[in-house]
Amino acid sequence: MMHEWEPSGSKNYRMRNNNTLVLVGIVILFLISLYIVLPIQHPAWMEGALSFGRETPIDLTELKLGLDLQGGTQVLLQADVPEGQELDSGTMDTAKLIVENRVNGMGVSEAVVQKVQGEDRIIVELPGVNNPDQAVETLRSTGQLEFVEPAGVQLAQGMIVNTTNNPNKVEEFQKGVEEGTLEPAPTPYPDQVFETVMTGDILRNALANQDQYGQWQIGFELTNDGSDQFYNYTRDHIGDQLVIVLDGRVLSAPRINGAIRDNGVITGSFTKDEAESLAVQMRYGALPVPLKVVDISTIGASLGHDSVQRSLRAGIIGMIGVLLFMLAIYRLPGLLADIALVFYIVFNLAIYKLLPVTLTLPGIAGFILTVGMAVDAKILIFERMKEELRVGRSIRLAVEAGFSRAWPAIRDGNLSTLISAAVLWWFGGIFGASAVKGFAITLGIGVLLSMFTAVFATRTFMRAFLSTSGQKLLEKRELLGL
Amino acid sequence: MFNYVERRRLWFTISAIAILPGIIFMIYSLATNGTILPLSIDYTGGTLWEMRFQQPVAPTDVRQIFVDNGYADTVAFNVENDQTVQVKFKNIDISEKTVLIDALEAKFGPLEERSYRSIGPSIGSEVSRAALLAVIMASALILLYIAWAFRQVSHPFRYGTSAVIALVHDVLVTVTFIGIMNLVAGWEIDALFLTAILTVIGFSVNDTIVVFDRIRENLKRHRGESFAMVADRSLVETFQRSVATQITALLVLVAILVLGGASLRQFMATMIVGLVSGTYSSLFNATPILVAWEEGSLFSRKKSGSSDVAKGKAVAA
Repeated sequence: MMHEWEPSGSKNYRMRNNNTLVLVGIVILFLISLYIVLPIQHPAWMEGALSFGRETPIDLTELKLGLDLQGGTQVLLQADVPEGQELDSGTMDTAKLIVENRVNGMGVSEAVVQKVQGEDRIIVELPGVNNPDQAVETLRSTGQLEFVEPAGVQLAQGMIVNTTNNPNKVEEFQKGVEEGTLEPAPTPYPDQVFETVMTGDILRNALANQDQYGQWQIGFELTNDGSDQFYNYTRDHIGDQLVIVLDGRVLSAPRINGAIRDNGVITGSFTKDEAESLAVQMRYGALPVPLKVVDISTIGASLGHDSVQRSLRAGIIGMIGVLLFMLAIYRLPGLLADIALVFYIVFNLAIYKLLPVTLTLPGIAGFILTVGMAVDAKILIFERMKEELRVGRSIRLAVEAGFSRAWPAIRDGNLSTLISAAVLWWFGGIFGASAVKGFAITLGIGVLLSMFTAVFATRTFMRAFLSTSGQKLLEKRELLGL
Repeated sequence: MFNYVERRRLWFTISAIAILPGIIFMIYSLATNGTILPLSIDYTGGTLWEMRFQQPVAPTDVRQIFVDNGYADTVAFNVENDQTVQVKFKNIDISEKTVLIDALEAKFGPLEERSYRSIGPSIGSEVSRAALLAVIMASALILLYIAWAFRQVSHPFRYGTSAVIALVHDVLVTVTFIGIMNLVAGWEIDALFLTAILTVIGFSVNDTIVVFDRIRENLKRHRGESFAMVADRSLVETFQRSVATQITALLVLVAILVLGGASLRQFMATMIVGLVSGTYSSLFNATPILVAWEEGSLFSRKKSGSSDVAKGKAVAA
């Protein structure tokens, strides 16, 4: 017959000391995490230290919210190459760079532009943009700027014309109008192809500003070579129109009054948005390949705000429910588990701030779910412990046996959930489906942390508690939920 | 002993009742829509537009505007309140959207865009393919993992396969649920449905592993007993844990279901159904299947455990 015995004196002491160390370590980690989680300004040295070598130091004030929570637009752009044509890998890189420049030029803070798996797609995230449609138009317009010869006819802003680089523009445009996809515009010269004499290459910079009457206009600066070209052309064509065409649409057609060298202004009836959009397109050059929008998703700020409020409320109530449940069923060990659960929640949030993790709505749901499931590991341990106690083991040994017996099930079970999370993460990554990806991330982090706190926090608490008041507990068995 | 395992015909019947409507629904859906499940724009492509006006608006009027502009295949209904309308129609370009906004504002006044989602058809079919791949991949990986984790028992692949069968059961139960909700409330399968399915798979297997782990341990401890008895014992022992875990998970999920926003409602409901099914299948499907397989009585009418108990008794005496 096996004889249960308590470890001898010195081993007992060492075990208790080790445990105290771990306990202190966990509590310190918790306090640090709690501090990180608080929505206050954190000292610069701390933010620097926790940036782990990133270029810009991390901002630990607020949790990062995804587009579906703060409002914003996400666009998936795909290269629109005609049938049979191959796409050069360099082309997409250039396209991405130009799109990125345009996004920055539009002044969207914290925008993200990334190439997506599959080589021919770009994903753009524009948080908090008021006018998403205009923004997207700015991004994906080819932005091909041309100066054309009017060839003796009068051209005006808004007309659609054929140019050397775009000889079938009118035809394509008219087809679009028939299909109802494009708004009508004047096309008085459908068969004429106007000669392109200069392109946007000559521009160094372009800025939208207002003249003294409040009219919006686009000021531009020319490069050195561009200056020469422009000067020569304007000098030779005084009295003619200078026809400026963007993607086949006449932007402006002012009369040339004198030779112009370094810079000039494009006037016309532009709204503020239009002027800024055009300036951005002109500034960064034309896209090497047309981009089409294959997936666009906009969440208004009001909906995003609603979602945050509601999920917060739901989460808090749900978590309180779990805490009470643990207390009711498992009594004292339940209380310890609840404390471990609070630690778990804080650790999760701290990691969200440190990585950082961008929270999406499903991501929040995932987090709340893992709180519900993190309890599982603790329940497994407790059930084991109760069994051991029923069989007659001492409390100390029951705790140890509870952990060691429950661990294989915890490890294997959680790993299968991790497999799911990994697959979801892969799936979300292909399409830039940040909602799915956000869920996978919080699920994965939650599962890993749950295993960590089960082993370190719960066990440490139990051990610490037992070494101080273990014997008394054995007498008050109800407290243990037996 | 409660003879859970012996009653496997009962459990399988319950499962069949839960799954059969789903299968019928899939056939019905195939006949009417051409797809086995009602798919949202995530998989078919199209536009989903939620707009709020400053006064109550009838969805049929909104729909008319779209029809007038050439989008015959439009569905519109109120969400959240009468001022908010959600419209579903085909995939459009931004220039087309401007045309529609003008028309809508002309008729109904200022429009606040709550959300807008437009997906091209090519993306839609890609997502479908990837979704299928994801489910297969997850199941395969899990099967391999379980077979490896349980490599020390006599037939590790049986454990893995039983778990996968339970998992397929859970997927089918969720499909039944979606089918019913589709007929009742027009629910569709979106990317979050896939997320729910994969999560359910993960947790269902989690449950199954806990039971199997107990079986594995009890097999070592109680060598004399028949497999069926060991399984029964394991089920009883893990029962309280399974129920307790189920309750905590349900507590949080129901909280989100009730208090969270409308956009999470379908996701949460699917998860709840899936998780309950997951626990049920781990206890009452995966285990009986494993037992029957181990005992060779899977396809025969032999009552499980009877002859082995006799053998067991002979050994222990």
